[in-house]
Amino acid sequence: MKHFDVAVIGAGVVGGLIARELSRYNLNICILEAQNDVAMGATRANSGIVHAGFDAEVGSLKARFNVEGSKMMKRVTDELGVKYKNNGSLVVGFSDADRKHIEKLVARGIENGVEGVRLIEADELRAIEPNISDSAICALYAPTGAIVCPYELCIASIGNAMDNGATLKCAFKVEKIEKSDEKYIIYSENESVSADFVVNAAGIYADEIAKMVGDESFTVGARKGDYILLDRECGTMANCTIFRCPNEMGKGILVSPTVDGNLLLGPTSVNIDDKGDKSTYADGLSKIMATASENLRVRLPFGKSITSFCGLRAYGNTGDFIIRPACERFINVAGIESPGLSSAPAIAIYVAELLEAEGLRLEKKEDFNPIREPKHAFREGSIEEKNEYIRRDASYGRIICRCESISEGEILDAIRSNPPARDLDGVKRRCRAGMGRCQGGFCAPYVMELIARENGVDFASVTKCGGESAIVFSKTKGAQV
Amino acid sequence: MRRTDLVIIGGGPAGMAAALSAREQGIEDILILERDSSLGGILQQCIHNGFGLHTFGEELTGPEYAWRYEKEVIDKKIPVLLNTMVLSVDENKVITASNTEDGIFQIEAKAIILAMGCRERPRGALNIAGTRPSGIYSAGMAQKLVNMKGYMPGREVVILGSGDIGLIMARRMTFEGARVHAVCELMPYSGGLARNIEQCLNDFDIPLKLSHTVVEIHGKERLEGVTIAKVDENRRPIPETREYIPCDTLLLSVGLIPENELTAGAGISLSSITNGATVDENRQTEIDGIFACGNVLHVHDLVDFVSSEAEIAGRGAAAYIKGEAEKSDRVINISTDGRVRYTVPQRIVGCGDVDIYFRVADVYRDATIKVSDGEHVILQKKKLKLAPGEMECVKLPADKLCGVEDLRFSIEF
Amino acid sequence: MEKNKKRELTCIICPRGCQLTVDIGEEIEVTGNICPRGKTYAINECTDPQRTVTSTVRTSDGGVVAVKTDRTVPKGKMMECMEIINLAVAELPVRVGDVIIEDVFGAKVVATQNKG
Repeated sequence: MKHFDVAVIGAGVVGGLIARELSRYNLNICILEAQNDVAMGATRANSGIVHAGFDAEVGSLKARFNVEGSKMMKRVTDELGVKYKNNGSLVVGFSDADRKHIEKLVARGIENGVEGVRLIEADELRAIEPNISDSAICALYAPTGAIVCPYELCIASIGNAMDNGATLKCAFKVEKIEKSDEKYIIYSENESVSADFVVNAAGIYADEIAKMVGDESFTVGARKGDYILLDRECGTMANCTIFRCPNEMGKGILVSPTVDGNLLLGPTSVNIDDKGDKSTYADGLSKIMATASENLRVRLPFGKSITSFCGLRAYGNTGDFIIRPACERFINVAGIESPGLSSAPAIAIYVAELLEAEGLRLEKKEDFNPIREPKHAFREGSIEEKNEYIRRDASYGRIICRCESISEGEILDAIRSNPPARDLDGVKRRCRAGMGRCQGGFCAPYVMELIARENGVDFASVTKCGGESAIVFSKTKGAQV
Repeated sequence: MRRTDLVIIGGGPAGMAAALSAREQGIEDILILERDSSLGGILQQCIHNGFGLHTFGEELTGPEYAWRYEKEVIDKKIPVLLNTMVLSVDENKVITASNTEDGIFQIEAKAIILAMGCRERPRGALNIAGTRPSGIYSAGMAQKLVNMKGYMPGREVVILGSGDIGLIMARRMTFEGARVHAVCELMPYSGGLARNIEQCLNDFDIPLKLSHTVVEIHGKERLEGVTIAKVDENRRPIPETREYIPCDTLLLSVGLIPENELTAGAGISLSSITNGATVDENRQTEIDGIFACGNVLHVHDLVDFVSSEAEIAGRGAAAYIKGEAEKSDRVINISTDGRVRYTVPQRIVGCGDVDIYFRVADVYRDATIKVSDGEHVILQKKKLKLAPGEMECVKLPADKLCGVEDLRFSIEF
Repeated sequence: MEKNKKRELTCIICPRGCQLTVDIGEEIEVTGNICPRGKTYAINECTDPQRTVTSTVRTSDGGVVAVKTDRTVPKGKMMECMEIINLAVAELPVRVGDVIIEDVFGAKVVATQNKG
């Protein structure tokens, strides 16, 4: 059985940034992930907003880490080569009641330490956001609001942790944890590892993991959110992340450009019982279409929708983040709902401090490299820069994904570099092959061939996302594989 | 920068026919850019027969039809760059392309023929509720897996959409031992050819459920079933008619979209109806010297029509390169009444006879196609049946176009 | 063939897909066809329906290549035809027109694609 100094359970953006933070020190770290790939929980499907920090209750952990994390995000994403865009956030008001609410939010933002947050009137609002609805009368404007791609951040932080020595074990679903005086033994169905210290960052399953060591002090529920993603030609319809002022009808649907230039609409918000349920609801999708349109004066072209998807956000029963020891040398990082993504870099530092308080020795690693080469450098390079890549490796000259113009070289890089893509969805999240308008209809068989070749397995064993999600069953002609 | 008289983007049926026709008109310096490793485009995976009746007077399979053209391209020594993806085209007719040998390179062309074909509409465009398991493919992707790779995407199949590829795949999957439970079509009529319903569904007792759609997808990792429902006249599902069908595969054949990213990138505006460029009778787009033909211009149901349209574009490009493009001093714009959804070409600039191709919006019986110039009906034609799935054509003789300013196509009863 | 019966057919000879009505009496009468091939099709369809089978056969490299029957086979024999086609393995290289199987219900199975 392999032994580690620290085991991080859960390879989402929170677990990923914690692992990366710990990889700065002379520690033997492993990340245990139940799914076939990293970033498969709430990280895979959320709004990708770096919140400014005006929303959280004054004095809460949410408020503290949101403001701190959002300030760190630019540097973290620069180091990790992750796209980050400081596009600003708006909370748009349509009535006097909205205005009162927005005034309160501004005051709270100032108290939380959000830089530059203020109320703007219709004229300025229209200057910032020309497509805003004609009936908007005012807005909260938070210039520090930003967007990132949440799974890109997670993949990059785990990749960087691995480049600095951390071990990733996917398809490791924790079934049981045994605790002794000096260490923990963590079991999956067919493997086990031991660790001196454990971080529980298991998202919607964090309460179940905590129970395994006897901590029943909290529960985590799953809140489902449906999203619709529109084609890249729609990405310029909004500049800022646009929230509707919360009213008696709820928080409403946000409209935001993504760092890749698509337009994202959502989420709905439904608390569900089955934590495995990632299905979208027809009424959720139609609600998005109806309410997203209210924010803008231009018609949202739903015919340009390229996919809809659903994310499950973990919410704790305390109303705030739950970041505290479950027992000695075991830290829960649970209930990390919105603004979890924004808070994650600050949470990571805090968790390292908690571990140190539990007795973990944090000794700086001399050769720690905080830099991960940006994976989109080829895609965004000039012709000369691209040709430099192609001269070194001709596979960059062969385009596999037509819609997004992704080369074989980029796909191979996704399969080869940390954390390696093991399935079609993994390739898609890392280099966008199959992410475009045709959603992989053309390139999937080619990508499958590359995955099979690189891993030395048969074409038929390539999956969409691990487990039973095979793409093909057998050869034709009634022949077995 | 490399200079070439005529660059053809796409080596499928349209690109090859356009190249051959331009060569016949005396254009020597031609280059076909093809992203795949062989010529033929989508025909290589369309292994069923039914191609070539108009062009060759016999029934060929897709690869055979492609081979007839490919042989000629080889015989005529027309240069082809395979495995080469065009990244962009600009309004000055500079093409940027990429392959493993040349890297990213540019070519300046005197004329360009856009022949990139079309792609399938994916599931996202439909926003079906439910989970996101594996086992949901466009019919064309399934066709590629079965016919080119030799793998079965599944065994228990439901098909959404009755486009021709979906119908063809119903038969193909049945031949390979799968069970096709149903083909659901949202509209009250099929989008595919009548003969395909007969020989791909009826021959195998596969039910075609008109006015039905898939309302929910089930299964966590691999597809486990779909819920289908009948829809009302506004295409809204009727809850009482929900029916669960266990299946491991859902094929989508819900329409084709011209692949016009390059066209739009060149600054050519696209018709919101065809999703392709608007063209004159030589298939020249808004930009002089850039032509378009085949499925990139508008989706055809027969490859034979693609080839003949490509020949027109090839001749048009040749005349343009030679400086012989015939132009009158007027432009006739063609409008439609909505029952006629669109025409190709959308405008007439020359003085000869013109064939106008068009599609209708719904199924019409005992209808009259009318072509008028605003005041007078200049041509009318009775039809027993018109259907959206089948392209129509009328010939406008040159003498009827004298002094005409605008034309309107309509369907009347 | 049942007599004194009316049958509605969709002609599959060409993409036009004419709606044919067949009156089966002493003689077979066909209406709705635009060309004479429609009449021949309708009579055949009521007496001895035939189809061309298109499929793939395995190739010696483990892949597949496209094939067809060079003439029609009885409609009721299509699945049996597939069983025979499924057993064949074509040696590469294959050229369009190469005979892969000599006789399947009176037809040859020929390659429709070049490979290798």
